[in-house]
Amino acid sequence: MSLMTPEIRPSAIARVNPVAKLAVALLISCALMLSIDWVSAAVALALEAVLLAWCGLSARQFWLRTAPVWIAAPFAVLTTVLYGQDSGAVLLSAGFVSVTEGSVALALAIGLRILAIGIPGIVLLATTDPTDLGDGLAQVLRLPARFVLGALAGLRLVGMFIDDWHSLALARRARGVGDGGGLRGRGRRFGGLAFALLVLSVRRGSKLATAMEARGFGSDIPRTWARESVFGLRDSLVVVIGAVIAATAITAAVLAGTWHFVLA
Amino acid sequence: MTGARVTASGWGWRHAGRARAAVSGLDLDIRPGERVLVLGPSGAGKSTLMHALAGVLGDDEDGDETGELLVDGRRPSASRGRVGLVLQDPDSQVVLARVGDDVAFGCENLAVPRAEIWPRVGQALADVGLDLPLRHPTSALSGGQKQRLALAGVLAMRPGLVLLDEPTANLDPEGVVEVRDAVLRSVEASGATLIVIEHRVAVWQQVVDRIIVLDPAGGILADGPTDRVLSAEGERLAAAGVWIPRFPPAPPERRNRSEASEAEVLLHAEGLCVGRVPFARKRAVVVAGELNLTLESGTATAVTGPNGTGKSTLALTLAGLLAPAGGHLTAADALAAGLGPAPHRWRSRDLLERIGTVFQDPEHQFLAGTVRGELAIGPRALGLGGAAQTERVDALLHRLRLDHLADANPFTLSGGEKRRLSVATVLATRPRLLVLDEPTFGQDSRTWAELVRLLAELLDEGTAVLAVTHDEQFVSALADARLTLVPGAGPAGSPGGATGRLSSGLRRRIGTEPL
Amino acid sequence: MHASINTLTSHTPAPSTSRKPRVLKWRVVDIVVASVIGVASGVIFWAWGLAWSPLSALLAFTPGLEGLLAGGWLFAGVLGGLIIRKPGAAVYTEVVAAVVSMLIGTQWGFSTLIWGVVEGLGAEIVLALFFYANWRLGVALLAGAGAGVAVGLLDTTFTSYAALDIGYKAVYFVSAVVSGTVLAGLLSWLAVRGLARTGALSRFAAGRESGPTDRALSQPAQ
Repeated sequence: MSLMTPEIRPSAIARVNPVAKLAVALLISCALMLSIDWVSAAVALALEAVLLAWCGLSARQFWLRTAPVWIAAPFAVLTTVLYGQDSGAVLLSAGFVSVTEGSVALALAIGLRILAIGIPGIVLLATTDPTDLGDGLAQVLRLPARFVLGALAGLRLVGMFIDDWHSLALARRARGVGDGGGLRGRGRRFGGLAFALLVLSVRRGSKLATAMEARGFGSDIPRTWARESVFGLRDSLVVVIGAVIAATAITAAVLAGTWHFVLA
Repeated sequence: MTGARVTASGWGWRHAGRARAAVSGLDLDIRPGERVLVLGPSGAGKSTLMHALAGVLGDDEDGDETGELLVDGRRPSASRGRVGLVLQDPDSQVVLARVGDDVAFGCENLAVPRAEIWPRVGQALADVGLDLPLRHPTSALSGGQKQRLALAGVLAMRPGLVLLDEPTANLDPEGVVEVRDAVLRSVEASGATLIVIEHRVAVWQQVVDRIIVLDPAGGILADGPTDRVLSAEGERLAAAGVWIPRFPPAPPERRNRSEASEAEVLLHAEGLCVGRVPFARKRAVVVAGELNLTLESGTATAVTGPNGTGKSTLALTLAGLLAPAGGHLTAADALAAGLGPAPHRWRSRDLLERIGTVFQDPEHQFLAGTVRGELAIGPRALGLGGAAQTERVDALLHRLRLDHLADANPFTLSGGEKRRLSVATVLATRPRLLVLDEPTFGQDSRTWAELVRLLAELLDEGTAVLAVTHDEQFVSALADARLTLVPGAGPAGSPGGATGRLSSGLRRRIGTEPL
Repeated sequence: MHASINTLTSHTPAPSTSRKPRVLKWRVVDIVVASVIGVASGVIFWAWGLAWSPLSALLAFTPGLEGLLAGGWLFAGVLGGLIIRKPGAAVYTEVVAAVVSMLIGTQWGFSTLIWGVVEGLGAEIVLALFFYANWRLGVALLAGAGAGVAVGLLDTTFTSYAALDIGYKAVYFVSAVVSGTVLAGLLSWLAVRGLARTGALSRFAAGRESGPTDRALSQPAQ
């Protein structure tokens, strides 16, 4: 499983402290979430597209990673076209459904917004090694080390869960209950597999906890870190760039008069 | 660095929520630098003692302590870092994603200054003979390597007491030697005290100088120099399931093959390639190829070879659970009984009376809340009536000595009981071919003997058996034929027993590249 | 139940587990098992996210019933809270699950993290209202509903559902709460009960309530 040790190509963004990337993605996400309008989303998306050149992802990786966003956006657009707040001329009306100029405009804004929020997060994460993120969270943000390391150790088990899931499914086939039953049978099998995986994972977790404690984990002495997580000038600069993108998007929307605060 | 001293006086521990104490009335004195093997039947509290010495039994929330257990005169929980513990399961003790980080983990927790950590990491990796880059992913290690990594993590803490809780039970023979030698090298260098639990005595016999046998009823049954304890207690320990070289379990009696009924061909593989489809991929990666094999009724075939040669994948393919990655796998009419020739295309229910599979980890195949319910699943899927179900289940409960556990949850059984149950669930539908993956892994000698006897009976009744195994004793006790998988190209396979024809024409080519 | 334990152990001086003082500090095993549950849930979150696209596409033709799918992302917090029984367990487990699904890759990017925090808090507040002392079915259902309220508010305010008409928003909100109650509350409670029976929770109070966990005594001939 490559999740824990992803093959990250050396690139400008890959060298940035993960905490800085986290801050950037949160800044942009939060700024865009405050309003539903097409200008702020479009401006942010355009600026992000320029920065993608430095992310070091191959085209194939980029499309593969961001595929969920490209799939999700059209569906959200559809829902909004059909059920969005109506205004302006009615284009179509049938039962619950009513399509108006207003709901179509909203739908466009929603589609852009999903892309603008989703893509930077995915791209920044794709260039981050979870171990480095853990180092940053504990050393730079000073989150409690016991919890950061506990989560990191748990994360390592993902690959094992996938193998377990595979074996569990094969074992069900061998026991005569691996197919049939239609949709209900499929649902029951999924539930059974998920529960079996839960049992295995809690047992693994208990054993792992013992192994970690046996190596001095969880005592009250403050621990040292074998690798230092440095938050330098470059990292601050990256955060500033993120802030500029967020601010530009909001300013452009306000100036264009399309800003629409979600709580208003 | 000197070894630590261990003393216990009237020590005992009861796990929270349990009515019976795991250990009680224990008196002990282990001198610095001693090497001790701790033996005892399962349930004697060996692991509890090791956890206590490592200071990881927990606090009041986890259980109640009586008496006193000290390492260098202090409570173990107060002397973290002085004691290092390596556990049985290689997969459950790797903490971090990179080799270097994992070894450094203990040092960091003990607040060793950064400048000192990396030299310690390098030294520890060298001590256990793991010559890998620090950024090497821990997920890519073999079982033996993972155990050596765990040992390195412990050594980097520079402990005075090294505890090993069945460190080699889940390893193949090569891994066992790797780990044992690494332990020896490192304690020789550091002078640390060593305490090992292991029910295969032969592995550690030459290494330790003292054996302590725990009494399940509390306290100590025997304590003294290795040879003296083994000659005085060997027979009793062997009867309790400990592997004592001088008292091996008796091999089963097989009916003379000439008396047996005519062997029928059940499954035939020609140029078979096996492989798995990796996560999020479409095509299988071939791990073993060009295999020729014929499985006949009443015949046992052992599949052996080093780790990573695709033994388990082969077993799963022959069992109709994975699709072949190439070549031909044909079920003869005797096995297919009206179905098509490709087992992986059969419905799940159709496999039940044809091919039964026993997985390496019994927990993977448990589905029900009680032992009785577990045994009834197969017969019910076959559509047997209530009376017929009960009859089969009761017969199996009795045959595999699980009667008293009929209403227990399968997950709460001991290791040996789980293994017996996993075999019983498969026998409940009376398959003509039985496929087993490492059936004797980590089992004590009693379970081993029971299992081998049962398989011998099934063979005499005409069931075909295919077992993936590292266990030479198992092979010589049962196998009529052996298929050896070896990495790289070249002929392999040697005559095992009556059906020597497997020995010719067995070839295996390794192909790691996708097709 | 506990009375019978006491009679069984009356010859030993050891106290019964029921009289143990409640410890609210997290042990290492609490942290690691909560993390592992979070990680496993995160993988399920991710898979649910993949299944969500076609499912919500079906429901996209209904007015707001997509909220019924929200519960698939709410169970981690309730499950962690019910097993660990320590303050913060619901938030921590839900956040770990959210981060893991985010690391694997969801269409919601970093906002997944914010959702995780708020959904976890929804369940956590309910558990805290019962002083981390009541773990019955009713509380589990309420905790699930709490998470449902949290996600209902978030979704109808900040996501594309904010663009819906107020009536559809109400439908969405109610279906999210129902979904949380059933998928997060009821299913988690059942899962914990099942887990306790397998003996996997022997190091947790949640696994010891039904009596001694050693097999010999857990099935007396009654």
